[in-house]
Amino acid sequence: MSDTAIRVENLSKLYRIGGPQERYKTLRDTLAHAAVAPVHQLRRLGQPAPPQETIWALKDVSFEVKHGEVLGIIGPNGAGKTTLLRILSRITEPTTGHAEIHGRVGSLLEVGTGFHPELTGRENIYLNGAILGMRKVEIERKFDEIVAFAEIEKFLDTPVKRYSSGMYVRLAFAVAAHLEPEILLVDEVLAVGDAAFQKKCLGMIGDVAGEGRTVMFVSHNMHAVSELCETGLLLRSGYLDRDGPIADVIKSYVADAGTASRWTRGERELQPSKKFFFLSAQIVDQNGAVASHLDFGAPFVVEIQYLVARRVTCKPAFHAVNLNGVVAFSSTECDAAGGQDILREPGVYRVRCVVNPNWLMPGTYAIRLSASQTNVEHLDSVDICLQFDIGGVGSLWSLDRRPGLFDLTYEWTLCSFEKAADGYP
Amino acid sequence: MKSEKDLSTLPIAEQIPTILIRPSRGWVALNLRDLWLYRELLYFLTWRDIKVRYKQTVLGAAWAILQPFFTMVVFSIFFGRLAQVPSDGIPYPIFAYCALVPWSYFAGALDRAGNSLVGSANLITKVYFPRLAIPISAVLAGLLDFGIAFVVLLGMMFYYGTAPTAAVLTLPLFLLLAIATALAVGLWLSALNVQYRDVRYTIPFLTQLWLFATPIAYSSSLVPEQWRALYGLNPMAGVVEGFRWALLGKEPPGPLLAVSVIVVLLLLIGGLYYFRRMEKTFADVV
Repeated sequence: MSDTAIRVENLSKLYRIGGPQERYKTLRDTLAHAAVAPVHQLRRLGQPAPPQETIWALKDVSFEVKHGEVLGIIGPNGAGKTTLLRILSRITEPTTGHAEIHGRVGSLLEVGTGFHPELTGRENIYLNGAILGMRKVEIERKFDEIVAFAEIEKFLDTPVKRYSSGMYVRLAFAVAAHLEPEILLVDEVLAVGDAAFQKKCLGMIGDVAGEGRTVMFVSHNMHAVSELCETGLLLRSGYLDRDGPIADVIKSYVADAGTASRWTRGERELQPSKKFFFLSAQIVDQNGAVASHLDFGAPFVVEIQYLVARRVTCKPAFHAVNLNGVVAFSSTECDAAGGQDILREPGVYRVRCVVNPNWLMPGTYAIRLSASQTNVEHLDSVDICLQFDIGGVGSLWSLDRRPGLFDLTYEWTLCSFEKAADGYP
Repeated sequence: MKSEKDLSTLPIAEQIPTILIRPSRGWVALNLRDLWLYRELLYFLTWRDIKVRYKQTVLGAAWAILQPFFTMVVFSIFFGRLAQVPSDGIPYPIFAYCALVPWSYFAGALDRAGNSLVGSANLITKVYFPRLAIPISAVLAGLLDFGIAFVVLLGMMFYYGTAPTAAVLTLPLFLLLAIATALAVGLWLSALNVQYRDVRYTIPFLTQLWLFATPIAYSSSLVPEQWRALYGLNPMAGVVEGFRWALLGKEPPGPLLAVSVIVVLLLLIGGLYYFRRMEKTFADVV
């Protein structure tokens, strides 16, 4: 057996991106279209070509994953990361190209797929397990472990619609965590749930990787990616931008984040089903100008605009990430409210966060936006949308290039000194 | 360690060591082996449908009896008593109910199967498994209701003193034909429903028309002899007349049944291939 787990060659996927009215085709529309199409064709003669109605979600992507490799897939929103996983999971077919997978595949594109609210926890474990590709005997064998992992012993025979959202996610994840494939494909399920839950997810991926199994996972959490993965893929608008050791891939991702100081969401990225969207973000320096070069130690402002489509409680936040993918600090709009999620009525909001004091070490940073409902669901995230650098003038770093996330002068005191007598104490 | 395990306990994916992913063109193989590997999922999906069906209802499984039973009562009053529709010498209530039992199963299965893919959009876009499992489980889930309604039929036979003949042994075949008909039409409708949501509105209308085109309130003997085989183009005519023959001792359906079986086989095979052909677009379109 070769040591290749996954081989992908020139994989491409074309999507139609018609307007919303085209999404639900009705028979009448098709018939009407058939009737008027020839007329339109005639009219179109001599006119410029109509705007493109298709998009390559993936274009000519080729790579190889070895058995036992842990591969992180990173890239901005809409880069084709999920499409790639969906093709490898056989949910959808590629338009051209092909892929070969050696070994049994388990994919986890969502936790709790197929959970039925009316069924009890016990029943959902069987149903969900079967949907994820487990055998009944296998589920029976692992049943107690799953229940213990999810910590829902008492509620095993309660319909899951009565569960708290935290219990629901824990149960869903517990089933998925007991899937034992040779190759595990994980989409950004880590974005769901609270910090403790995310830790559990990461721990699970780490365990799977530690057992020598192959993992491919998509994440916006650069820190997790850099800790868990050896290699990475950087996708950008469907193209494979970079492929290699994870540190290099993250570096090139953060470094080329694009036009830095201001970001606006493309209209195409708006999904009607979502409750919450980030619309734009920018960095403003202390003089009130949009900037991407900031002076060391100078306060700056992160301005964020977001849209709430349906009434929601949420926690809008941003993270400042350095070139190694480490989150230097993060801040949420809820900090003032004691960390409780805030209630937002539908509308467009503009908020600003003054980063003061600014203790960041000189260097390049990127801003990532994320909004979630604590313990419930992930609402929206925008990876690496802003980039800025902090100059070295006046910093300690400029003296000796010291390591660290923050550049701070701390107090040192000499507590005692005994003069050496004749050379030795 | 893995090799010590019994093959049947291994995860499904283990039995498919190398997977090739490439765009498929045109008509594709049915790949029933894949469906067989996922038979437990088929079982769980059916089981889910049955479990969930009467959750939070007051009458529960009594619904399985109420629908055919009250239809029978209404038919008996208006067609049997008032319109004096001939029932081939069989008491009208049991004549109608014997047909309504397979019909209710068929109509329910068709409705569920037709809407099954659209209703399972969250599964289709997140997990791989043979999509055929969805409409098949929808069709199978109706069998419990059928069983319940059938018990009432046996009670009525006892009440009217109708003793079944040896033909009763053929009953499972007619049930199979009803299942196959529901599946065949359900496959077409469910796949079409993914593309065209019109199907959702078509189904109730279709079942209503189909009910009157099927010899339920009346007997197929009303149709002139020379056209009767042609009547078999409606496969439910074959099913209903088969049920009456097997249970009530009516004359055997003959050529009508042969036509029904051929029609169902054609519809079913066509439906399977059409479904498989459209399957690759489900996750993108649904």
